[in-house]
Amino acid sequence: MSDTALHTPATLRSRSESVAKSLPPLLADAQHLAATILLGEHGRKRAGAGDEFWQYRPAEAGDAYRSIDWRRSARADSHFVRQTEWQAAQSVMIGVDDAASMTFTGHSFRPSKLRRAQTLAMALGILAIRGGERVGLTHLADPPRGGEAQLIRMAAALMDSHEPGDYGAPKPRILPVGSRAVFFSDFLGDPGTIETVLGQAADRDVKGALVQILDPHEELFPFDGRTVFESMSGAIRFETLKAKGLKEAYLERLAMRKARLKDITRRTGWRYLCHHTDQPAEPALLWLYQMLDRTS
Amino acid sequence: MISDLAFDTPLLLVALIALPILWWLLRAVPPAPIRRRFPGVALLLGLKDDDSQSDKTPWWLLLLRMIAVAAAIIGFAGPVLNPTAERSGEGPLLIVMDASWASAGDWQARLDRVALLLDEAGRAGRPVALMQLGSQDTGPLPLQAANAWAARVPNLAPRPYAPDMDAARAWAESLEGPLEVFWFSDGIERPGRDDLIDAFQNLGGLSVFQGARDVTAVAPPRFEDGVIHVPALRIGTTAPREVTIVAHGLDPAGIPRELAREVLQFGPGEMTAELALSLPPELRNRISRFEISGERSAGAVSLTDDSLQRREVALISGTPEREGQILLTPLHFLREALEPTADVLDGALGDLLMASPDVIIMADVAQLSPEEQAGVIEWVQDGGLLVRFAGPRLAASDVARAQMDPLLPVRLREGGRSVGGAMSWGEPKALRPFAETSPFFGLPIPDDVTVTSQVLAQPDPMLAERTIAALADGTPLVTRAALGQGSVVLFHVTANAEWSSLPLSGLFVQMLERLAVSTRPVNPAAQDLDGVTWVPEQVLDGFGTLRDAGARPGVAGADLAEAPLSADILPGLYAGAERRVARNVIGPETVLAAASWPADVPVEGMTVLAPTDLMAAFLTAALALLLLDAIAALWLSGRLAGLTRRAAGILLALALTPMAEAQGTTDEDLLALLATTEITLAYVETGNARMDDVSRAGLQGLSNTLWQRTSVEPAPPIGVDLETDELAFFPMLYWPISPEQPLPSAEAYARLNTYLRSGGMIVFDTRDADIGGFGTATPAGRRLRQLAGPLDIPPLEPIPSDHVLTRTFYLLQDFPGRHLSRDVWVEASPPDAEQVEGMPFRNLNDGVTPVVIGGNDWAAAWAVDASGRPLFPVGRGFTGERQREIAHRFGVNLVMHVLSGNYKSDQVHVPALLDRLGQ
Repeated sequence: MSDTALHTPATLRSRSESVAKSLPPLLADAQHLAATILLGEHGRKRAGAGDEFWQYRPAEAGDAYRSIDWRRSARADSHFVRQTEWQAAQSVMIGVDDAASMTFTGHSFRPSKLRRAQTLAMALGILAIRGGERVGLTHLADPPRGGEAQLIRMAAALMDSHEPGDYGAPKPRILPVGSRAVFFSDFLGDPGTIETVLGQAADRDVKGALVQILDPHEELFPFDGRTVFESMSGAIRFETLKAKGLKEAYLERLAMRKARLKDITRRTGWRYLCHHTDQPAEPALLWLYQMLDRTS
Repeated sequence: MISDLAFDTPLLLVALIALPILWWLLRAVPPAPIRRRFPGVALLLGLKDDDSQSDKTPWWLLLLRMIAVAAAIIGFAGPVLNPTAERSGEGPLLIVMDASWASAGDWQARLDRVALLLDEAGRAGRPVALMQLGSQDTGPLPLQAANAWAARVPNLAPRPYAPDMDAARAWAESLEGPLEVFWFSDGIERPGRDDLIDAFQNLGGLSVFQGARDVTAVAPPRFEDGVIHVPALRIGTTAPREVTIVAHGLDPAGIPRELAREVLQFGPGEMTAELALSLPPELRNRISRFEISGERSAGAVSLTDDSLQRREVALISGTPEREGQILLTPLHFLREALEPTADVLDGALGDLLMASPDVIIMADVAQLSPEEQAGVIEWVQDGGLLVRFAGPRLAASDVARAQMDPLLPVRLREGGRSVGGAMSWGEPKALRPFAETSPFFGLPIPDDVTVTSQVLAQPDPMLAERTIAALADGTPLVTRAALGQGSVVLFHVTANAEWSSLPLSGLFVQMLERLAVSTRPVNPAAQDLDGVTWVPEQVLDGFGTLRDAGARPGVAGADLAEAPLSADILPGLYAGAERRVARNVIGPETVLAAASWPADVPVEGMTVLAPTDLMAAFLTAALALLLLDAIAALWLSGRLAGLTRRAAGILLALALTPMAEAQGTTDEDLLALLATTEITLAYVETGNARMDDVSRAGLQGLSNTLWQRTSVEPAPPIGVDLETDELAFFPMLYWPISPEQPLPSAEAYARLNTYLRSGGMIVFDTRDADIGGFGTATPAGRRLRQLAGPLDIPPLEPIPSDHVLTRTFYLLQDFPGRHLSRDVWVEASPPDAEQVEGMPFRNLNDGVTPVVIGGNDWAAAWAVDASGRPLFPVGRGFTGERQREIAHRFGVNLVMHVLSGNYKSDQVHVPALLDRLGQ
């Protein structure tokens, strides 16, 4: 039965229930994660359009009269201009790869790569929305939006699988000019796609980060013996008689893949982070948060 | 070995031919692959295996399987090790056992062998008769079914004497053949044995079963020159051998004990050896028997009677010893007679009574002082033996004239008499043979013993009863009377040769022996024992165990001395009137010789290898090998992961647990080593895993900063458990406070106080400076008060601006962590510290503050992850990073303060500091 066959009004209720079942934990996880980072509103720390007072500065030539704060100027001999903090909302586009390969976990006590990616994505979304920014998911056609309701929509959309096949690639449907973008994936698929997407993004002045999420098994290749490796959907098979003998070659290829990703991000002004599912999510989230801060 | 292996179903072994085919089959089939989902397969595509060795099953696994299958086949074929070879033979069977003391050593083996033979005979349906030599009946041979004998076998016991070979031969000759004879020999050569062999061989076949065990025996000990000589004999091996000889006896409390233990060495080729044992008299007198340790036979026990006991005899004479006339002194002959066999004491009577001798001999002592008399009477009543000799003084005194003297057995007539002298008529009197009631009964009387003078006893109704020796004319020569438990004996002659020739004769010594004044020489001659019926007190059984004799009849003295041991005269301890005599299995002249057998008599050993069924062993081995094969196959295919590995780990852990416990101390040592080889920052484990992680990450961050910026290069931080870990190794303890933290135990507090007093520092962090100031009633603050209550903490104050913490490495005025509170408290400066004019700092040359208390959550500000990235955000943006930097600087100052103490508070540095402060 295909996905579309399941998408009938009759099944809506049960689908909603099953999504809602995992939504609260995802949201709770993400909220908890975000709470470790969030200390206050995410201000821009520079003068600009906004409501918050930023500073008085001496009026310079070229300042319009109407911009002079007369009340402050009356207390001194010179003229002052009242500036407000720039609070122009940013758009943050988040892409989560939920292809079959992301559902892998090397051990039952570790979250799958997808779950970790979703948690990080939601937490980042929460941080961004609390900071007054707009958030959107790259695989949706909807433009980025702000407000708490967007979080619920995001969470629901994240739980809906959208990527068929073994390996996904970022395919942003909307990428507003000057926005920030973060892609979560294992990037084990074709790197050419990523290069193309990042090239296009750079053209549109979109900066961001690639977060490569890997399971420790993928990093260590702890296998031995006669083994048939299958991709998560079973579409790709590879048989070896002595898995241990392939470890060196595999690790070399993985290192090459990482180097290639780094190279792509360096050329396009993006950032690259490799995150493992056996490590806590907080440092990665903090890194992302600071990255968004800095590149703004 | 192979010849001892047999199979129940040897045909099954044909299946072994199939093994090569199985080899070929197994070799062709490689192990099945394991299917594994793995996203990284995309990166694997196109890779090639190095070689194809796993294509076939490895040879060692094949070998393992082959061995397993072979073991199974052999196992089912029913292998039996040492299969019993059935003894051929028919007709009635006679089993004869020497059953002497020499077989006691391997008695059980003999019984087992007999049981085995009976088994065989039972299977063959042969009637059997079982005989112990020496107890054979004269009637017809009791041939019975083997089963009937088998039930009786466990009751057989060895005898403590050797069989009478002549009687046995006579019995054997009376038997009617044909009989097959099995003879269980004890391996000792005895006269008449060859005839017995002939007699048995005439009956039918003779087989001999003889133990391979050596026989050792101990002969009666001798006492010579103050040393006990214990001879030991052996037959069997001629190799050097050590035996341990143990002396048993009663301790002063009357409890049987081991009194001495010595090792006796048989040299190579020596069949006899002698142990010289020097023991103090007190110990020596208590010895009751010698044994060879570990040897269970009557021959390995030698009972000692009174022969080893040396009585203490006190000699007292009325006349002072005259120089140059030794032969005339009253005590000379007594001394000569006693010294070889008794310990002679000399001295004043009062002193001698204190020494409590066994016997006091008074030669010609007439009058004792009243105290002495009372003392001697008391001593005799307690069991002493007082022997008095007459003499001129006694004859001349008034003692026991009118009435009985308690210390004389009879009343004496005045003057005494002299016969056969130059001035008298008549011949010197000889002795009359001893009466049966006399203790001297049986002693031969030499002809040349004559009496010329004596004191005379007053005629008295009691006199005849008290006389134990008399002259030919009936005048009493020796009288005796009981006094309390002891007795008083009077020799009516002198102890020297003046009045009689008795002291010159051997009879004198024998008389003293009979009176138990002296002890007899080792070997009692027949005449020594003759005339007395000796009642067995304790007898030995064949195993050498001493038993109460019960109601066994007495033995005549002559028999006891000379008759061979038999069922009537068992070895043991025999009591006569005055003393006890031991009869041992091994006499002083006994010689042990190994039996030799004619060449046509088959001699077999005692030990029989029981058939061992190896089927179970082979099948178990096969099963174990198959199990091993399963594990190896799993391992080869890489499936031995996850659960099985964990199971193996658990098994390993279980196996190693005792070892780990045994090495518990080394674990502590390891911690100490870890903590002391390098500077190590430590945090207190609160039990909250998350807080502990933050603490460790924080101290790791601080360690990194120290490593980068200072010469302090700390090791990775350690969490300490207050209840178990030693704290003294750590310069500083970081202790985050959470409201739910448990209170440490009293011991932990004692350790903490010791730590604080010995210069340690604890940094308390309530981590709540964002919500409350210091000391306010936040939950963590309240908990801190409870936690720190029992601690030995000095008065505190907020860090003053001139505290040394502000300048140990960085110049600081704020001490932020993740929070920015000024409330950081340290030990208060001494009240007399005053600021000197022109100096920026007070002179605070005291030690390191034992505590730093704050709530700025320093660990969170310092915390880094494994790659060195900060774990928690601090503040906002650049100011936040600046705050983190100051937090790190505070950490550096803290460690520097702990490590260098008040070094920076030294006024020597003031100019440089002033210069840097720009003042």
